[in-house]
Amino acid sequence: MDPVQLKDKIYWVGAVDWDMRYFHGPIFSTHRGTTYNSYLIVDEKIALVDTVYPPFAGEMLKRIKKVIDPSRIDCIIINHVEIDHSGALPEVMKLAPGAKIYCSPRAREGLRKHFQGEWDYRVVKTGDELPLGRRTLSFIEAPMLHWPDSMFTYVKEEALLMPNDAFGQHLASAFRFDDQVDNKMIMEEAARYYANILYPFSGLVLKKLEELAALGIPISMIAPSHGIIWRKNPGQIIEAYRRWASGDWLPKAVVVYDTMWGSTAAMARAIVEGLASEGVDARLFKVSLRDINGIITELLEARLLVVGSPTINRSYLSALSPFLDDLAGLKPVNRLGAAFGSYGWSRGAVKDIEAKLEAAGLTLAGEGLEIAWVPDAGELESCRQWGRALARKIKEK
Amino acid sequence: MEKWECDVCGYVYDPAVGDSSAGIAPGTPFEDLPDDWVCPDCGVGKDQFSKLE
Repeated sequence: MDPVQLKDKIYWVGAVDWDMRYFHGPIFSTHRGTTYNSYLIVDEKIALVDTVYPPFAGEMLKRIKKVIDPSRIDCIIINHVEIDHSGALPEVMKLAPGAKIYCSPRAREGLRKHFQGEWDYRVVKTGDELPLGRRTLSFIEAPMLHWPDSMFTYVKEEALLMPNDAFGQHLASAFRFDDQVDNKMIMEEAARYYANILYPFSGLVLKKLEELAALGIPISMIAPSHGIIWRKNPGQIIEAYRRWASGDWLPKAVVVYDTMWGSTAAMARAIVEGLASEGVDARLFKVSLRDINGIITELLEARLLVVGSPTINRSYLSALSPFLDDLAGLKPVNRLGAAFGSYGWSRGAVKDIEAKLEAAGLTLAGEGLEIAWVPDAGELESCRQWGRALARKIKEK
Repeated sequence: MEKWECDVCGYVYDPAVGDSSAGIAPGTPFEDLPDDWVCPDCGVGKDQFSKLE
């Protein structure tokens, strides 16, 4: 694949990783692969904005060489230290040893720890500019979107925003732009990315969107560091981020459970029936069979999360733990929660799940539901009733 | 004087200690930190802090 021109003499020179299936080690499933987007700006000075994951350094350099000799690179902008973006920096520095590295103060600390390279760092802060000739770069610090070092780069004359991980998606494609790829698929991956990476920083996302609006800078294109470039409709992803960060919701419920001998499963199905009978789009997930990142993504739209487990050893099944731990860190915005489960002699699962839901910032929508041993017909009806009552809570707003 | 915790990363500002990385002397209450003071660990602003009870 040749370099792809975004704007006059601004090129995508990144890499497509069709095979990536788990990101951040084992904790983030990426069913559709990913890309590492690196951008080359050819002007009186030549600038490279971000690099790629180390195994793809050769692929990036091959693309750069199709445009210019890499030794001519004057400036390298590192928007984010994480190695899927900065990892090929040592390889670039070997070819362009005189290049200056522009980054935030925290990025400089991070790069020194990652690479031990004593390179020519130029630390920048919000509002600083770097004239390249016809074009000027300006920088916007974005701490904790999603690391302390994170930064956006903006090409003023082109109204082109390069926000690194913000607005990205893990999506491998032979195409680079939003008007070339199925929009539903892009938005699914953008949602998955937001829910599993940016959710805990939603307050900061809203502030950053306000800051961008207050700066009054036009945005004609958003070129993130993963996935598809927003060329046709950059407003679509900005509006989606506003919605997700605000905790907007639809009348949807996510029911997550696991079961030992089927009693909690029977309760879960009856609860889904109760929710659905009130018009709630209730979706059932047996956690041991499902992709946790997918369940978390459902919460971007669902108002209510219902979690069920039988009691074993006075608490919930350990099969629920990875999901509940993930939830506690990601802290979904403005969501209701409830817990249920079967038990034999002692109880504990419901109480412990409720504590986890509250720790994750959810508001309990009602008392938990516990049923001894195997639910009979009357008890299954009470599960349906419980589901209906939760559905009404959703509608109360 | 109250301690304040960063909601984003969990850093705790202790007025008794101050923040030497930003030249904040020990004994400086959170309220007296300059508006552009940021969390020394993660870089977010004062508005992302909550008072510890």
